[in-house]
Amino acid sequence: MNSSTGASMVSMQGICKTFGTVVANDHVCLEVKCGEVHALLGENGAGKTTLMKVLSGDYQPDQGEIRVEGRLVTFGSPRDASRAGIGMVHQHFRLVDVFTVAQNMVIGLDRPGLRLDLRKVEEEVSELGSRYRLKVDPRGFVWQLSVGERQRVEILRVLMRGARILVLDEPTAVLTPQEAQELQEILRDLALGGSSVILITHKMKEVMEVADRITVLRQGKNVATVRKKDADARQLAQLMVGKEVPSVAQDRAKPGQAQLSVRQLNVLSDTGSPIVRDLSLEIRQGEIVGLAGVSGNGQRELAECIYGLRPSVSGEVRVSGHPITNLKPAQVIGSGLRLIPEDRLGTGLIPAMSVQENLILTAYLDPSLGNRVALDAHAIREYCWRLINAFSVNVVDLNAPVWKLSGGNLQRLMLAREVSATPKVLVAVHPTRGLDLQSAAWIHQLLIDQRNGGAAILLISEDLDEILALSDRVAVIYAGQLLGEVDRKDATIGEIALLMAGSHLQERPR
Amino acid sequence: MRLRVVRRTSVSRSLMYLAPVASILFALGIGALLILVTGNDPILVYRAIFLGTLSSRYNLTETVVKAIPLMIAGLAVSLSFRMKLWNIGAEGQMYMGAFAASGLALFFPGLPKVVMLPGMFCLGFLAGGLWSLLAALPKAYLNINEVITTLMLNNVAVLWVGYLVYGPWRDPRGMNFPLSARFVDAGQLPTFGGTRVHTGLVVAVLVAAILAFTLWRTRWGYEIRVIGESANAAHYAGMDVLRNTLLVMFISGGIAGLAGMAEVSGVIHRLQPEVSQGYGYTAIVIACLARLNPWAVLMTSLLFAVLLVGGYSVQAAGVSASVAGMLQGVILFSVQVSDFFLTHEIRLMRRA
Repeated sequence: MNSSTGASMVSMQGICKTFGTVVANDHVCLEVKCGEVHALLGENGAGKTTLMKVLSGDYQPDQGEIRVEGRLVTFGSPRDASRAGIGMVHQHFRLVDVFTVAQNMVIGLDRPGLRLDLRKVEEEVSELGSRYRLKVDPRGFVWQLSVGERQRVEILRVLMRGARILVLDEPTAVLTPQEAQELQEILRDLALGGSSVILITHKMKEVMEVADRITVLRQGKNVATVRKKDADARQLAQLMVGKEVPSVAQDRAKPGQAQLSVRQLNVLSDTGSPIVRDLSLEIRQGEIVGLAGVSGNGQRELAECIYGLRPSVSGEVRVSGHPITNLKPAQVIGSGLRLIPEDRLGTGLIPAMSVQENLILTAYLDPSLGNRVALDAHAIREYCWRLINAFSVNVVDLNAPVWKLSGGNLQRLMLAREVSATPKVLVAVHPTRGLDLQSAAWIHQLLIDQRNGGAAILLISEDLDEILALSDRVAVIYAGQLLGEVDRKDATIGEIALLMAGSHLQERPR
Repeated sequence: MRLRVVRRTSVSRSLMYLAPVASILFALGIGALLILVTGNDPILVYRAIFLGTLSSRYNLTETVVKAIPLMIAGLAVSLSFRMKLWNIGAEGQMYMGAFAASGLALFFPGLPKVVMLPGMFCLGFLAGGLWSLLAALPKAYLNINEVITTLMLNNVAVLWVGYLVYGPWRDPRGMNFPLSARFVDAGQLPTFGGTRVHTGLVVAVLVAAILAFTLWRTRWGYEIRVIGESANAAHYAGMDVLRNTLLVMFISGGIAGLAGMAEVSGVIHRLQPEVSQGYGYTAIVIACLARLNPWAVLMTSLLFAVLLVGGYSVQAAGVSASVAGMLQGVILFSVQVSDFFLTHEIRLMRRA
């Protein structure tokens, strides 16, 4: 694109990496030039993240070589890679929750001397943050930050270390359209300055907007490397998936009576400040209401409060007319409400426990699975296979720990478990975040089927395409308040995006 | 060429059983070298340990007697650890169990055996359980670290028993020794055919069976395991974490209390300042080595009893008892390492 483009910045040749019997990278090659934004495109499980973890020193390749600016390098650790100018922003953040933003910046920062001048670091963070339009409070604790803010900290940390080769793993998954747009500009600026940016993604739109060249991976192998000007979105999608992308069948809802009603709800955040403010919402039978908003605007707290994991200060929640305000999760479950939590492996599933034990997590008290005291192993196995077959989860061994499953399979497992209870109300928080297109489409279809079956669904998501594809009505949350609610047929991405950024706040006092 | 540690994808069953045996043999090899360095004959030392613990009927039964409190206390610790409640207080809970059981035997000597033993049993359990609740309540309601509270309460319990036997509970006909009066026959656990092995062994096996069944076959055991693995998931599933914290700590303390009761009622037959020789602490190591598996706790306790009793016979053979302590360390170390190699393997990597 610009004059500095041409010289090779990073060259990975014949990279192989296996985990046990799984071949994650099979002789993969990647060539990234100075001053380019290079998109690494592929479905989940295609080996993008593995390849980049090899580049950033997290993994050591079984075979293959890496050159940075022509020099052969081997990285024993992320620190080695960092010294060579490679910085990675991981999809799963690597921050110390109980440290402040500035304290997190210090970790891994190669600075001479024994004395740690935290104030100076704080100033640098503020300065860097305002330069790159990534604003965070350097003295804020990480556990107080939203997912979106945490990502900003991760990006800043890499920039702080002076990385010239920036690897970003699905960076826009948690940003508003505006923020994503801004990030794209930042990435372009960095590339113009001579740095190289590698963008792991499966969002076609993003690729077409920001990338100079695109490398497509499928099932651990190179499929193609193309220049953007020679590429076409449909053809790329085809390369990535290997077959036609399934589309979601959507028809008009026939909503019935109100199933979930939230009135004037007020909830406090972990730090004790109001995070959900006077929020009212009603979802009827057979209806999906999409709640759009940037993470950290009270969505998580709202879902937790409805489900009974977090107390409300005032207000009321009802499920089909019965008040469930501030009841415990066990009683909320009993009322017919189910939650698909945002944090798949931390809350919804237990990584070290088996498929079977995870499938009974919210059903272990079910009378059909045993007597009053004991669980019936035989009944449980039957129950599990029934779910696995009905929801086509890819599982061979019921006793295998679930951390061995892919993200898409994990989500299927969890949805199978919650949906099989035929809930009256389903609260789904970021149900397809980080999933590949096919898994996401499968989950979308499942939600639609549930709606058609009479469930009232609250879909909390940042993915506007998802919200628009599924919702019958769309509401936008900003700073803990609902800013407008529109019927799907009237909604446009632009309008919702503006609301998400809080631009209607002054016009709609509440 | 490089060496790389890789996580194993599957572990063969035979390897799982072979590894502990192999690691003990390996440890004995290393131990032999160390004994040589100290200027002793390893064959002599090993012979002394073997003869002193496993050779005759008497030695074998003495080893089992030593293993019983380790087993029961190990089971107590394994239960609370399963829920990630770090109960370091088994020692103190043993003392409180011993105290309560002794109280019944000393002050109601007229009770018939069928009332006395179950009564001592229940009081021992209750006392150990209530003692651990002193740490569990602040843990559950205020999130105060149970490691420190249980550990501190150990000192209180040990000193409390000391106070009793040096003071009010001292046997007036005991020649001024700090001992309580000897329990009446009704307060002594029956033994097996002329040996000192008492029915505490049955208690240990029963407790192990109950724990194994509860953990793996019941709804409540499932709750305990889920809470231990992920408190977030437990809350999400609607489990009552607070109630289970109290309950599990109470039962864990209660089981440890049983260990104390079994020791005074089965072996010592009176209350004395030293009811346990640090069994409650050894129990922590045992529970960890057994990976909290109840049946493995029983086996590991036997191994530890061999090392404990072996220490005495090594001394009798004229070698310092610390040799046995050293062996204990080497065995622990190599069992831990073999544990690692059960789940990981080292591979040679060729650089391309």
